[in-house]
Amino acid sequence: MSQENILEIENLVMHFGGIKALNDVTFDIKRGSVSALIGPNGAGKTTVFNCLTGFYKATGGGIMLNAGDKPTSVIKVLGEKFKGSDLVSPAAFFERVKYKMFGGSHLVNRAGLARTFQNIRLFKEMSVVENLLVAQHMIVNRSMLAGILNTESYKKTEEEALQRAFYWLEVVHLTEFANRLAGELSYGQQRRLEIARAMCTNPEIICLDEPAAGLNPSETEALASMIRVLRDEHNTTVLLIEHDMGMVMNISDYIVVLDHGEVIAKGGPEDIKSNPKVIAAYLGAEEGEDVTL
Amino acid sequence: MSQETGINIGSSIKDTIIAGLLALIVFGPVVGVLLDGYEFIARIDDVVWIVAIVMAGRFAISVFVQTESGKKFVYRQLTKEDGVSVTAPDYKSKMRYIIPIVIVIGLIAPFIASKYVLTVVILGLIYVLLGLGLNIVVGLAGLLDLGFVGFYAIGAYGLALGYEYLGLGFWSMLPLAAIMAGVAGAVLGFPVLRMHGDYLAIVTLGFGEIIRLVLTNWTEFTHGPNGVSAPLPTLFGLEFKRRSSDGTPFHEFFGLSYDSAFKYIFIYLVLFLVVLAVLYVKHRLTRMPIGRAWEALREDEIACRSLGLNHVLVKLSAFTLGASTGGIAGVFFATYQGFVNPSSFTFFESALILAIVVLGGMGSTLGVVIAAFVLTVAPEMLREFADYRVLMFGILMVVMMIWKPRGLVRVTRKGFATRKGVMK
Repeated sequence: MSQENILEIENLVMHFGGIKALNDVTFDIKRGSVSALIGPNGAGKTTVFNCLTGFYKATGGGIMLNAGDKPTSVIKVLGEKFKGSDLVSPAAFFERVKYKMFGGSHLVNRAGLARTFQNIRLFKEMSVVENLLVAQHMIVNRSMLAGILNTESYKKTEEEALQRAFYWLEVVHLTEFANRLAGELSYGQQRRLEIARAMCTNPEIICLDEPAAGLNPSETEALASMIRVLRDEHNTTVLLIEHDMGMVMNISDYIVVLDHGEVIAKGGPEDIKSNPKVIAAYLGAEEGEDVTL
Repeated sequence: MSQETGINIGSSIKDTIIAGLLALIVFGPVVGVLLDGYEFIARIDDVVWIVAIVMAGRFAISVFVQTESGKKFVYRQLTKEDGVSVTAPDYKSKMRYIIPIVIVIGLIAPFIASKYVLTVVILGLIYVLLGLGLNIVVGLAGLLDLGFVGFYAIGAYGLALGYEYLGLGFWSMLPLAAIMAGVAGAVLGFPVLRMHGDYLAIVTLGFGEIIRLVLTNWTEFTHGPNGVSAPLPTLFGLEFKRRSSDGTPFHEFFGLSYDSAFKYIFIYLVLFLVVLAVLYVKHRLTRMPIGRAWEALREDEIACRSLGLNHVLVKLSAFTLGASTGGIAGVFFATYQGFVNPSSFTFFESALILAIVVLGGMGSTLGVVIAAFVLTVAPEMLREFADYRVLMFGILMVVMMIWKPRGLVRVTRKGFATRKGVMK
């Protein structure tokens, strides 16, 4: 296990029936970096995201999440198929049974990876604060008896949860909307609230799926500075999918370019800008043709 | 909305006269003419009274809607609001005045009301319990359950069969039935809660039918359609029968003459306290992490999973708690009837309970209480129309869905005072 890389993706393969969405995708994400996953439409960016966050069960390959106290294999916690070796190793067998019954993408989040969605998925009929309280479900006092009797310790953890919620509302500039329904907020506000909600789960790495989609230039600028705040003040690693190249080049330390389910380039923004394969993928050049930006 | 202020008396009078004429046309022949053999008697005074009441009412309404508060009222009714609103952080519900009054009335009522009224109210309260149980499953967690009557049956048969085979009485079966129904909910829920919407509805529908068919056909154990008798509750071992097989009955102990209403008064009081307790627990649950998780799950399951909530366990907890509330209701039903048989647990009951939840407003506690009473007490009052009960029920549902699709009572969410944010 390498402490330097928070996320290690090895030979990730994802097939939907006969369609090969991902072919042998390999890249690492450094702890404390802002990394971007870019590529033309249909390149498989969101598929990679869904595999990372446990919403798709990858067909093959490995995803290691080095967050929390111990490394987590994302593929394993989703529940793998039984193998022949399970017959001789009961411990491995029972672990597999456990993950088959109780495993799922929620364990990926508990391991320290949070995500947002391309099409915003807020709890629209709940208030903004409640959205953030739900995200703290694993932190607060969930004892049913304590809650019904409204004990002091229960009140204390609830108050702490509220303070944490208001802290994140301040970060995303939504304090004045705390008691509005999440569905009533404007599109940009909803995007920011979704980031705040993901951050309320205390993740070590946050995956943002097109956070700047539908935002105007000034909102995009504000988002970029917010992402820097997440990295610099909260030691959160950020991985994002984005089509706004200005923003990607501006904030990313590391860029992975996907095309047709394969990694065609990885490196710093400068390398990517001048990489002929990337330019060809975006502009659709003929084989062997030389293209420059 | 018209912008002019002030009250236009002229148009009100016009409305009044039109309403009066319509009332005359409708009630004139119906009320005003009484057939007496081949003759008829004209009853002008009755017609005049009715028309006068209609005209006065129309005039009052017409003036009211032109006042400021009336305009607001009309505006509120006309605008189709989403139904959910967040209250201000310092908002105090008027319910805190109403609830103590209702509790006092509820505790005094059995000593004043007649036995018949009492039995109707007991039935109403049983449906309140059922509605609250299903409201957790359907209203809060958003899981469509068409077999809720199965848990109700488990509670009711639990008391009857527990008494017959194990000699367990009302008080030991009350918690046991809640646990049994809860376990049944969990056992049913665990494999099926991975399904969504329609599929879940079909599976639960099947479950309700399985329970009913088992109760009907397993004659050696449940006596099939003949049913089983259920015991009455006891007050510290005192029975409410005319003659007790062991010990003194209640009325002899206190030196009262026997009255069959005693047992209903007692059942009512116990039930009333249980309903209050369940209402309180439900109120707390909606403000607790588990209640928030249920509602979040109803809103968006995928987002819940991305936030680390185990969706299966969250659903299972809703299913189990809802089922155990249904089980408690079943125990009360059995002891109130003194007898259970499978015909009380048909799909129609499930539909009725679901109607209570939908009519009351998904997730609204007050709405469920009101809807439960409307749907159980109204049929009792309209005994003359017993044949048309289901028809009226259907019409009511259609009208409600058009007029107030989100239910009788608007759901409000608690607001939180703004505070200084602190990390950790």
